[in-house]
Amino acid sequence: MTPDDLRAALDLTPEAEAWLSEGRAKVAADPAKLAVLFPAAGRKVGRGPLPSLPGWTADDAARALLLDALPQPRAEAVARAYTEGDNAEKRAVLRALPVLGLGDDGLPLVRDALRTNDTRLVAAAMGPYAAARLDDEGWRHGVLKCVFVGVPLAAVANLADRADAELARMLTDFAAEREAAGRVVPDDVHHALTLVDQES
Amino acid sequence: MRIFDPHIHMTSRTTDDYEAMYAAGVRALVEPAFWLGQPRTGVRSFLDYFDSLVGWEPFRAAQFGIRHHCTIALNPKEANDPRCVDVLDELPRYLAKDGVVAVGEVGYDSMTKEEDEAFTRQLDLAKEHELPIMVHTPHRDKAAGTKRTLDVVRESGIAPGMVVVDHLNEMTVKMVVESGSWAAFSIYPDTKMDEDRMVRILQEFGTDRMLVNSAADWGRSDPLKTRKTGDAMLAAGFSADDVDKVLWRNPVEFYAQSGRLDLSDLKTDETFEGNSVLRGVRKDA
Repeated sequence: MTPDDLRAALDLTPEAEAWLSEGRAKVAADPAKLAVLFPAAGRKVGRGPLPSLPGWTADDAARALLLDALPQPRAEAVARAYTEGDNAEKRAVLRALPVLGLGDDGLPLVRDALRTNDTRLVAAAMGPYAAARLDDEGWRHGVLKCVFVGVPLAAVANLADRADAELARMLTDFAAEREAAGRVVPDDVHHALTLVDQES
Repeated sequence: MRIFDPHIHMTSRTTDDYEAMYAAGVRALVEPAFWLGQPRTGVRSFLDYFDSLVGWEPFRAAQFGIRHHCTIALNPKEANDPRCVDVLDELPRYLAKDGVVAVGEVGYDSMTKEEDEAFTRQLDLAKEHELPIMVHTPHRDKAAGTKRTLDVVRESGIAPGMVVVDHLNEMTVKMVVESGSWAAFSIYPDTKMDEDRMVRILQEFGTDRMLVNSAADWGRSDPLKTRKTGDAMLAAGFSADDVDKVLWRNPVEFYAQSGRLDLSDLKTDETFEGNSVLRGVRKDA
């Protein structure tokens, strides 16, 4: 995933295209301009799903491209966009993390999102950035949080690669607790457990 | 009956309330920023509250099939506390958010100099951000406070149609209607206004630019008062179309002036049995 992929996935009207290009130029020249442009993205480019990028919406991609226009070092400005954002803006920051070149500086945002109970934020937090950088303990708890709040495990990037015996134990205990209570265990828990079996 | 509650403080309500509201026909609402009973002592408390109004609370409402929008402002009561006033500098970034459809609640509590300043500054913010504005009228000395409110609004040059003046009663409705602003009524169990008095006001002043809300919060209040007012209107001979205008089309028209009202993909078809019966009765009559 690169900014060019995001640009290619966006099918914008000429007006929206101009807004985004001008917005990127403004942000590149003055990062403070992001405060006005970032919240407006949904109103300017729409909020529909992007057919060629499953899970992404038009406003997510436009916001990611605005963040991509920030001059480096940009970690502080990205964190501010997250902290001051509404939940759609926060989701966009989380989705954008893999393309922003932040090193580990985006991890506090991932951890913040995993503390919320907003399923859209939890799902976005467990994308490729968390898969590549979140420590084992944090990542396993992120997966468990997904099954706990009902986020499909399809949202977890690189699940098959990172799933390990400790995650399997946690998911098995979770399933046992649900079964003891006579509650349904989500199908994807069983699927995740088979991933670990194949590995060992 | 589809219902848009234009003023309700959901932060103070339970999930049982959300379920009951959905069952009664509520599909959309606006939660104005106000005080929380316990006075705030600093700017940071406001920011966490505003973040909740554009973050957690819309998510919570969505779980129950209800679309949540909000208004943002420094309320008149806390405008008197110098520790809180600096929150005015933080308002512009909230007024840029998708879910924010007006500036509010602003106006007067005790009509102090400090309240005057906060009110005027926030009227300017509403103009600058091209947003409607929701004005709270004082519970004490209401008629004088409402008159002064209308004077300040007039002097500000903001279009009267961009203003809703709330918590009105028999003594204050006429001056607001004559001003060209929207008139709003908070239907409460036993104080501000009740559903039968509301019906009489609608009979006298008509349904144009009239908004009915529950203003339910942490005090004794009832989040189903919008529905009960709709039922009282039907019982008094208003048509289902009149009820739809007051409880749905009017709030939609007012807040749509923000350009940010999002009612896409909402299920507003009839699902409430009692209502279909009432409508049937009305059509036959």
